[in-house]
Amino acid sequence: MNAALKNLDEYLSSRLENKLLAREEGHGELSITIHRDNIIEVVKFLRDDINCQFKQVMDICGVDHPEKEERFSIIYNLLSLSHNIRIRIKTYTNEEIPVPSITGIFSSANWWEREIWDLYGIYFTNHPDLRRILTDYGFEGHPLRKDFPLTGYVELRYDDEQKRVVYEPVKLTQEFRSFDFLSPWEGLPEALPGDEKAAPMDEDNITDKDV
Amino acid sequence: MAQTEIKNFNLNFGPQHPAAHGVLRMVLEMDGEIIERTDPHIGLLHRGTEKLIENKSYLQTVPYFDRLDYVAPQNQEHAFCLATEKLLGLEIPKRAKYLRVLFCEIGRILNHLLNITAFDMDVGAMTPMLWGFEERERLMEFCERVSGARLHMAYFRPGGVAYDMPKGLAEDIKEWADNFVKFINDLESLLTENRIFKQRTVDIGIITAEECYDWGFSGPNLRASGIAWDLRKSQPYDAYEEFDFDIPIGKHGDCYDRYLVRVLEMRESVKIIHQAIDKMPNGSFKTESNKFSPPSRTDMKQSMEALIHHFKLFTEGIRVPEGETYTVVEAPKGEFGVYLVSDGSNKPYRCKIRAPGFAHLQAMDHLSKGHMLADIVANIGSIDIVFGEIDR
Repeated sequence: MNAALKNLDEYLSSRLENKLLAREEGHGELSITIHRDNIIEVVKFLRDDINCQFKQVMDICGVDHPEKEERFSIIYNLLSLSHNIRIRIKTYTNEEIPVPSITGIFSSANWWEREIWDLYGIYFTNHPDLRRILTDYGFEGHPLRKDFPLTGYVELRYDDEQKRVVYEPVKLTQEFRSFDFLSPWEGLPEALPGDEKAAPMDEDNITDKDV
Repeated sequence: MAQTEIKNFNLNFGPQHPAAHGVLRMVLEMDGEIIERTDPHIGLLHRGTEKLIENKSYLQTVPYFDRLDYVAPQNQEHAFCLATEKLLGLEIPKRAKYLRVLFCEIGRILNHLLNITAFDMDVGAMTPMLWGFEERERLMEFCERVSGARLHMAYFRPGGVAYDMPKGLAEDIKEWADNFVKFINDLESLLTENRIFKQRTVDIGIITAEECYDWGFSGPNLRASGIAWDLRKSQPYDAYEEFDFDIPIGKHGDCYDRYLVRVLEMRESVKIIHQAIDKMPNGSFKTESNKFSPPSRTDMKQSMEALIHHFKLFTEGIRVPEGETYTVVEAPKGEFGVYLVSDGSNKPYRCKIRAPGFAHLQAMDHLSKGHMLADIVANIGSIDIVFGEIDR
């Protein structure tokens, strides 16, 4: 971590101490976790404070962790041109709880939030125009959720009788195969399932039968 | 006199309009010939790249990046390779870095050639397009010679590049680069002082520096508004800190300045290409570790170890340690970022692609408000959009 990032880290810890839920660094990048209700306040602070000046939000995206209670994380990647540093803000939500939109602070957030709504189904409050953006008109579902199948549910075809394009349920001529190439030999836990049943071996009394 | 009611009307621009640069559909709200509101509808080329990547191994992911911005494929691969290497903590040999820089700059010229000439054709100049494509063809021939593919190279791999340069290629590129400067002069003689071209572009689609920040602009579009920000200089990656080049900037942030910045950037790229070839170090073009890059064909026939490595690499692939990174490169269109999350397995858990065109197109409403209908064509051309990367 370089000096500028370290200074920023210390500065943020002192200024936002009650709002920071967590902060981590890795690969020379700093990321902070905040509660979704504080997002507008924190982003505004980061944009306007003289020591931060994160004037550009370069990217906003979602990540889905279905096993967690608040399964979606929303990640904001901010860039400060004057200080030449980046910061990542993370916040968590689930299918039901909406997140405040930051469109009022950064105009560019508009489409990224629409994209997250489209692909993950996370609702943003006070967004001026929350429509689907990447998927088709009238599409159902949120495709980047981990429980959405890779093949999708419908497929498109031109119907010559109706003279228009129609949706039909996906028909696969061959079952979708997902190959798991992960080697089972690496990253094994110390004890394998079933090991606890084996009686501890007495090293002095190994008989021929044991070998 | 009877009162006439004047009503705004909506106009559908694209997706089958030749000036829509692909499959852009824009719903324009017009007040006579003046544009009141622009609403771009994107997603007609959405292929679910990010979803597909979550189901592919790291090596299989590389070709998907070619198909994002298909005008300059190698620059996208670069971002993904850098992100993967960052998570792996992998340092690549110097020659690989130089080869990457060389082909990135070729990609930049490929992109700017297409953009400038297509933009010119949109505003009425036919000849540059014909000339530009000839040069593009030469460049793609170089790509073919080094990787086997003209367009979708899949040349950059995590751990280096796929192949070394064949004999004689460096000399041919240098010879081409010498002649290319003359080509740029010819191109400029057609356009830069052209009265018609200037009438169509000067003071059209002006965006100020502050507005650029607000809309997330990057790359040439940001520099045309007078901000000297280039990731190759400010946050250098691979070997860019060892190269000597300038960052051209504009003054007014209009369509004409965006054109000028791109022309000057091509000249800088030619400088970098010369330096990359002159200073090209010897050595390996990919990392020696067979955990990340495949062993040579000869080794595989003789060594059991190499055979196992090969088998493991192309079935299981690379296991990337848990972590996350947002890695960016200065792609020809602007900041191309990859937000990569790994859960420690052989497939990316999440790979968000930050396409510069996405942010630029979003500002279309802001850029075009109050302009004439014909100016929207100039605006689309000058912000340089390619739908492969916007729709993903």
